[in-house]
Amino acid sequence: MSVSNRINAKFAQLAKQKRAGLVTFITAGDPNLDVFEQILAKLPEAGSDIIELGMPFSDPMADGPAIQLANQRALKNGMTLKKTLAAVAKFRKQDQNTPIILMGYYNPIFHMGVQNFVEQAREVGVDGLIIVDLPVEEDDELCHPARTQDLDWVRLVTPTTDAKRLSKILKNSSGFLYYVSIAGITGTASAKGSNVKKAIEDIRKQSSLPIAVGFGIKTKEQVQQTAQYADAVVVGSAIVNKIEQAKADNKTAEQTCEAVISFVRELSSGLS
Amino acid sequence: MSAEPLSKPESYQSGPDSMGHFGQFGGRFVAETLMPLILEVEEAYYKYKDDPEFRTELEGLAKDYVGRPSPLYYAKRLTEELGGAKIYFKRDELNHTGAHKINNTLGQILLAKRMGKKRIIAETGAGQHGVATATVCALFNLPCVVYMGETDIKRQAPNVFRMKLLGAEIVSVTSGTATLKDAMNDALRDWVANVEDTFYIIGTAAGPHPYPEMVRDFQSVIGIETKQQLQQAEQQLPDAVVACIGGGSNAIGLFHPFLDDENVKIYGVEAAGRGVDSGLHAASLTGGQPGVLHGNRTYLLQDEDGQITDAHSISAGLDYPGIGPEHSWLHDIGRVSYVSVTDDEALEAFQLCCRLEGIIPALEPSHALAFVTELAPKMNKDEILVMNMCGRGDKDVFTVAEALGVEI
Ligand SMILES: Cc1ncc(COP(=O)(O)O)c(C=O)c1O
Repeated sequence: MSVSNRINAKFAQLAKQKRAGLVTFITAGDPNLDVFEQILAKLPEAGSDIIELGMPFSDPMADGPAIQLANQRALKNGMTLKKTLAAVAKFRKQDQNTPIILMGYYNPIFHMGVQNFVEQAREVGVDGLIIVDLPVEEDDELCHPARTQDLDWVRLVTPTTDAKRLSKILKNSSGFLYYVSIAGITGTASAKGSNVKKAIEDIRKQSSLPIAVGFGIKTKEQVQQTAQYADAVVVGSAIVNKIEQAKADNKTAEQTCEAVISFVRELSSGLS
Repeated sequence: MSAEPLSKPESYQSGPDSMGHFGQFGGRFVAETLMPLILEVEEAYYKYKDDPEFRTELEGLAKDYVGRPSPLYYAKRLTEELGGAKIYFKRDELNHTGAHKINNTLGQILLAKRMGKKRIIAETGAGQHGVATATVCALFNLPCVVYMGETDIKRQAPNVFRMKLLGAEIVSVTSGTATLKDAMNDALRDWVANVEDTFYIIGTAAGPHPYPEMVRDFQSVIGIETKQQLQQAEQQLPDAVVACIGGGSNAIGLFHPFLDDENVKIYGVEAAGRGVDSGLHAASLTGGQPGVLHGNRTYLLQDEDGQITDAHSISAGLDYPGIGPEHSWLHDIGRVSYVSVTDDEALEAFQLCCRLEGIIPALEPSHALAFVTELAPKMNKDEILVMNMCGRGDKDVFTVAEALGVEI
């Protein structure tokens, strides 16, 4: 199946099922490569419709404490961008349908070499990219090379985005849009539903791309609420926190994996 | 990525371009949430930078509050000791708050006021920029939050207390490696969450466009004054100018007005910590590679996976794994020579300056001075060298005592 089709097919399937999708975020290599790969393998059956994988970075400037710690755990245990790509390749052997979006910061990619990265990403079965520190002003860096390889370029739309800026943002966006429901970093406050709903309606006037909503969504109830107006709901820090909690409680690898997977199961049960 | 002009540009002073690029360096690598605000800062800066009322207010405060112009002082005894070029110090350590940092914080807070911002945030390493920011916040009655790495809070206790006396709130940063780069991360995180009312006063000539340009412009008063003062004293341009580099604000401030005077040799001095080969250093140009961090592309200390590595220097103000993008460009096109100096060499120069000139320098310009002790003897006696004495050493006496094994 060609790359961008996995995302399109997923949203088409969700539309047919008349439900919103669940996007789960975890950091690649968190808490270590082994446990991470076990978690990754089980995410689809637990109800994750789209998998967002954080590429660990030493300086995750747009992330709150939970995901910062996840980055540190992964890096401390030797995670690298190459290993992240290898983990995707391994996952694709078992799962041909669940879209994978890599999310992160530009420097490790720039350091690897943009062309090298986009070719490998496509080859291992990555479907799209969310690069936090590449706004439209820097589209020549990675957005254009990625689109050339049929990797989707998923952009963030935020509460600070006005109508004029939105049209710029939409220009090279593909796959879906990610509406960040609060002006802030990951894992902090939750947004007011009414504001988000209004913002989504405004975006829909200008774009037919599916819209995922994330930031500050922590519970099954919040997932259900958000699903009323979003095409997909993103949960990140709350999932990552389960790993931190398991570590604090000295849980085994199996228990850590189970803690994450049962939480994802609970979140997705609100969407059927 | 735009192509790097390897041929000589028409002017070395024309950067950045409209996208904030100096050659391939600079740019605006920030989260979308911040972009509208960054564009707003740019617009406001271009609106006010030559506005007569803005200039009058800035220059008035620079004169009466900061004490500008800072003297250009002929360091006679040092010159005689080294037996080469005639050495002048640009005395920015005599500024109010004891360093060049206030040239920039004053400019930025005047901009913040005009933009109607109600709250100021800043990052600091040595605490000098934190103090300079807390100072102008007191002056303009704006609340001030300073992010400072836990490690730096410990080694720069006097400045932490000064900031508190000035009414600033200090946030101890424990994320990452708890140093200046993490303080900058946390300041950016604060800004993303408080875009409506907050202005981020960045302390060096780095960050997303327009910061490298704006900070350079506010610091260029150093070089502009130097040119005039030396013209008066010696009726000529200097043969060489030297400054230390953390992020590069005092250096670009001195260098920029001289960039197109091609007979002036320009030297930037990075911190080599325990030696560039030891891996424990802060010399981004000498020991780093181009990368993207804190909103700009520039030379960075990083590992083979593109993870940012920790900088090391005895001087907290130079302890940063990056450098302003304009320096990266000047390095690549060869207009400025960048060299590095170790902790030990800086400590030697620090003591020499105390004894010969009766000036206790900050550890940052002690790095510049250490290079001057190498360079001056190789120059002729009728040649002139100007070094930026960008900070005084009161804040560093504890660090120096410890390094020298003295208990105080
Ligand atoms: C006295 C002094 N010099 C230099 C620096 C380094 O900064 P920059 O390279 O931006 O001048 C600092 C930073 O704290 C400082 O306090």
